[in-house]
Amino acid sequence: MSNSPAITPETHTATEHHEHPPFLLHHFNSMEQQNDTSSFAMWLFLLTEVMFFGGMFVVYMIYRNWYYAAFVAASRQLNVAMGGINSVILITSSFTMTLGVWSAQTKRKGALILFLILTFILGFVFLGIKGMEYKEKFEKHHVPGEHYSLQSFINPASDAEAMATGTKALPLDEAVHTELFFSLYFAMTGMHALHMIIGMGLLLFIIFRARSGAYTTGHTAFVEYFGLYWHFVDIIWIFLFPLLYLINRH
Amino acid sequence: MDRISPVIWQYLVKWMTNFALFPPEASKIAPQMDALLFFLVLVSLIGLTVVILLVTSFSILYRRKRHPVAVQIEGSTLLEATWTIIPLGLFLMMFVWGALIYFRVFTPPANAMNIYVVGKQWMWKAEHPGGQHEINSLHVPAGRAVQLTLISQDVFHSFSIPAFRVKREAIPGRYTTVWFEATTPGTYHLFCTQYCGTAHSQMIGDVVVMTPEGYKHWLAESTSGVSLAQNGERLFASLSCNACHNARPDARGPSLANVYGSKLTLSTGQTATADEAYLRESILNPSQHITQGYAPIMPTYQGQISEEGVIALVEYIKNLDSNYRVQQTLNTTDLLPESEGKKVPAAQGMVKQ
Amino acid sequence: MSDTIVSLPDQTTARIPKDNYLTRENGLLSWLLTRDHKRIGILYLISITFFFFIGGALAGLIRLELLTPQSDLMASDTYNKVFTMHGVIMIFFFLVPSVPATLGNFFLPMMIGAKDFALPKMNLASWYLYMAGGLLALYTMITGGVDTGWTFTTPLSTHYVNTNVLTTGLAIFIAGFSSIFTGLNFIVTIHKMRVPGLTWFRLPLFVWANYAASILMVLGTPVLAVAIVLVALERTIGIGVFDPTKGGDPLLFQHLFWFYSHPAVYIMILPGMGVISEVISTFSRKRVFGYTAVAFSSVAIAVFGFFVWAHHMFIMGVSNYAVLVFSLLTMLVAVPSAIKIFNWAFTLYKGSITFETPLIYAFGFMGLFTIGGMTGVFLGTAGTDIHLTETYFIVAHFHFVMVGGMLMAFLAGIHFWWPKMTGRMYPEKLSQMAAVVTFIGFNLTFFPQFILGMLGMPRRYASYPPEFQILNVFSSAGATILGIGYLLPVLYLTWSLKYGAIAGDNPWQATGLEWQCQSPPLTENFPETPVMDHEAYDYEWLEKQQEARRKEAEVTSVE
Repeated sequence: MSNSPAITPETHTATEHHEHPPFLLHHFNSMEQQNDTSSFAMWLFLLTEVMFFGGMFVVYMIYRNWYYAAFVAASRQLNVAMGGINSVILITSSFTMTLGVWSAQTKRKGALILFLILTFILGFVFLGIKGMEYKEKFEKHHVPGEHYSLQSFINPASDAEAMATGTKALPLDEAVHTELFFSLYFAMTGMHALHMIIGMGLLLFIIFRARSGAYTTGHTAFVEYFGLYWHFVDIIWIFLFPLLYLINRH
Repeated sequence: MDRISPVIWQYLVKWMTNFALFPPEASKIAPQMDALLFFLVLVSLIGLTVVILLVTSFSILYRRKRHPVAVQIEGSTLLEATWTIIPLGLFLMMFVWGALIYFRVFTPPANAMNIYVVGKQWMWKAEHPGGQHEINSLHVPAGRAVQLTLISQDVFHSFSIPAFRVKREAIPGRYTTVWFEATTPGTYHLFCTQYCGTAHSQMIGDVVVMTPEGYKHWLAESTSGVSLAQNGERLFASLSCNACHNARPDARGPSLANVYGSKLTLSTGQTATADEAYLRESILNPSQHITQGYAPIMPTYQGQISEEGVIALVEYIKNLDSNYRVQQTLNTTDLLPESEGKKVPAAQGMVKQ
Repeated sequence: MSDTIVSLPDQTTARIPKDNYLTRENGLLSWLLTRDHKRIGILYLISITFFFFIGGALAGLIRLELLTPQSDLMASDTYNKVFTMHGVIMIFFFLVPSVPATLGNFFLPMMIGAKDFALPKMNLASWYLYMAGGLLALYTMITGGVDTGWTFTTPLSTHYVNTNVLTTGLAIFIAGFSSIFTGLNFIVTIHKMRVPGLTWFRLPLFVWANYAASILMVLGTPVLAVAIVLVALERTIGIGVFDPTKGGDPLLFQHLFWFYSHPAVYIMILPGMGVISEVISTFSRKRVFGYTAVAFSSVAIAVFGFFVWAHHMFIMGVSNYAVLVFSLLTMLVAVPSAIKIFNWAFTLYKGSITFETPLIYAFGFMGLFTIGGMTGVFLGTAGTDIHLTETYFIVAHFHFVMVGGMLMAFLAGIHFWWPKMTGRMYPEKLSQMAAVVTFIGFNLTFFPQFILGMLGMPRRYASYPPEFQILNVFSSAGATILGIGYLLPVLYLTWSLKYGAIAGDNPWQATGLEWQCQSPPLTENFPETPVMDHEAYDYEWLEKQQEARRKEAEVTSVE
């Protein structure tokens, strides 16, 4: 983002020297224009992200429609408890992020840092739980590719999760389609996790800058836009969770 | 000049003898498509002429020397309407005409004879129902509707016969169809037109259109001795399909006699027409094609059977009308116009149930 | 009355202004770390020219191979790599960024009276991403190439080739972000940074065209990214999403791919159309006929462009009813382009026309784009598409619109704005000759390909039946002439940097805001924020300006 609060050293011509807030970048006429513009830019960027995830959602909807039984069986292999906890964590982190933005806007530096750190921790826990889920999938040979195993689906008796959720055995040709579910599961949650990791990298940067008072002196743009990004990542998860974890659960 | 001109002359002669703007018209649909193409060319020429005329005449009339002061004109709603409505009208005409031809090409008539084509890197295999197999060529009779059922064994290929003006993609995983009726005996180009890897340019061949008499001779000479359906019957037994799909009252699978073309009710409640695609799918993905009233116990044959094998099975099932014995004869004379609908009794050397 | 509108300052006393964006800062770093949109435009200009000539060399190899019916110049595999890389480089590293990233970057802020884009650092990032993608694509070429065709059709690209699909996919992915950043910047800037008084309908049509293209860049490119990611996953891990044996559908890739790649062709052509609007107006001294219609047509093309993607898939086994819908929508998207052509033609009506090089290129555009566009209708008509698709007819169609259309528009724009960018004029007679050479070479190269397509010659073929040879020879001969036509501008434009006539502020006496400042411009574009109180292409306003300036000069000279 180009809205760093540092003053860009540029020459002023005689006619141009005027009083302006230190955060005003020289190609803008007023803070109002600058804020208006950068806010618009951020929303537009999020729109491109919607198109990106949207593509994957479309692929998901098509295959779910074609292979519903396989998707149900595969979805039941996912741990709803972990997914649910993750959802709560992420929503809470959105809440702490909002509080962080409020702190920046009301110039509360301590509170800002606290809420940013909380958000970071929550994000970290989310990724940790996600990692645990991935590990579980790896161990059960549900990672698509060479080592993918259909055992859990053609022989539910061999599988604890399948027994627990009362999943019936699938015929072989249907069971093959469970790999598609897991492909989409890993692709979509993987992309989501990637966005979270990038977000957490940015969070660290923001925490570092916040400590030197960068966002509590009136120029809160960067924190606000990061907040938008974080909420967007949260919303994607809110769609992913029911679509992936809650297919035909009772 | 003496050195150069023979070369140029040679090229000119080559060009003049081969000069053509359109391929030969060798199918019934070809002149219809050419008519539309001609219309499109005409409209394009007129459009281009109009644009060129406008630009040239305005450039001459209003060049600075002749017209030093420009007159500022905002626009003209009438003109805008004109050049919106007229092109739109023309395009919509083309749309309707083109849609009609498109539907015609991809809606085979009921009496079309079927030839299977399997594309693979980098050759075309044509399988006639009578057991004639061709590689990179296709023999068809003139004056008869021929449907091609295409599939690919690997990547996308496209079966193109420019002289017939037909082309259809051969897709891995499902059948596609196209039909034509050849009119003029002769040999025509066959191309693969979907880029498919290294030898894409070599995946070419000949379509040979023969007179009905000539075609009969060819069928008799080129048969492998076993029709597709007979091959299918052999596979049906060797894959133990007859363990469940037999005519016994307690059979675990539905009887397949006369199933081709019929409307089935599936276990999900939906209805499906048992065409070639359905038959193929029910062999490879049976659990999604269970007939109502039967248990979903059929195993999948994905990976155990080649596309040619599936074709043989499909042909076998298509021709079943009673007790699972292949009724076809060896020389498939019952596929020709004069013997349509006639079933000839089984010849010797047939595989028994 | 002279038959040129060129108005140059007195060459004996004229000098390039000492302070301009080129001289403001010196040194390599001042260029590589610049945030000045004009310098970024120049950086792009140099890099896309570089990639254009690589793509062009690959085209030369293709035409050389096709001189003879046999596949005798190079192995089939090599030929397949050559045409793939030609497509990838020309589309993603030349055509998509061409006008927006060079002329758009340079002039858009100036046209709306702004000092820079909304997000200058993002602009620079966009160039770095472009270079990263481009260099990665070059690396791919050197280390074995890729031979899937630029369309990466699955399952060929996922399971049947062992060439550099992943690195090429990554290069395109990165270049896609470059495109998204450019588009994002354009949209935000046009919305939020116009000077007071500059309402939407006073904007130059170049701005409208780039705006429409930017919408496509921003909304369409992410879907290409998804398609590439899925191909990469399929190729590396075998996730099955396009594999029929695992239940996947290989046709799904094509839907995702063409969902971007069709709007992509409008991304490529719309900015060129914007250039044509500017050029025709200036050289006929008239406002564009039907300004509102042309502006709305740009947006209409962008919107409709999103709904026609499956017309690339008519024979692929999509349902007949889908074909109907997409064919109909394709007819609808053809109409706005026709509207534009007629509006441009009528802009000439009762104008005062001079035939400088930009206008010659613009005329070339109009003729060739009309042919290219009409042949698009041949292909959108479902019935004829059956015969013509996947043949050289398609190749001819897209080269007519892209090369005969877009590239000519690009050259028109380069020549038109060259005096503003560099302060120098190019040599007029030589450039007019080059334009004509290009036009002739182009027609000789690509018109025979329509006939080849009608005759049934498939595309992407290294060898072909002998009866197609003559037309191929014509095509290859034309390609040589075309190559000369493209080489000439590089030479004389470079020459003009040192020896060209000094251009002055407004050699074309054009009305745009970008012409109301010095050539080359200052880094901050305008010494004072311009005031916008007139319509676009307001030649009466221009005359009053020039009158006022003349009076001022008289007064000062008297004093």
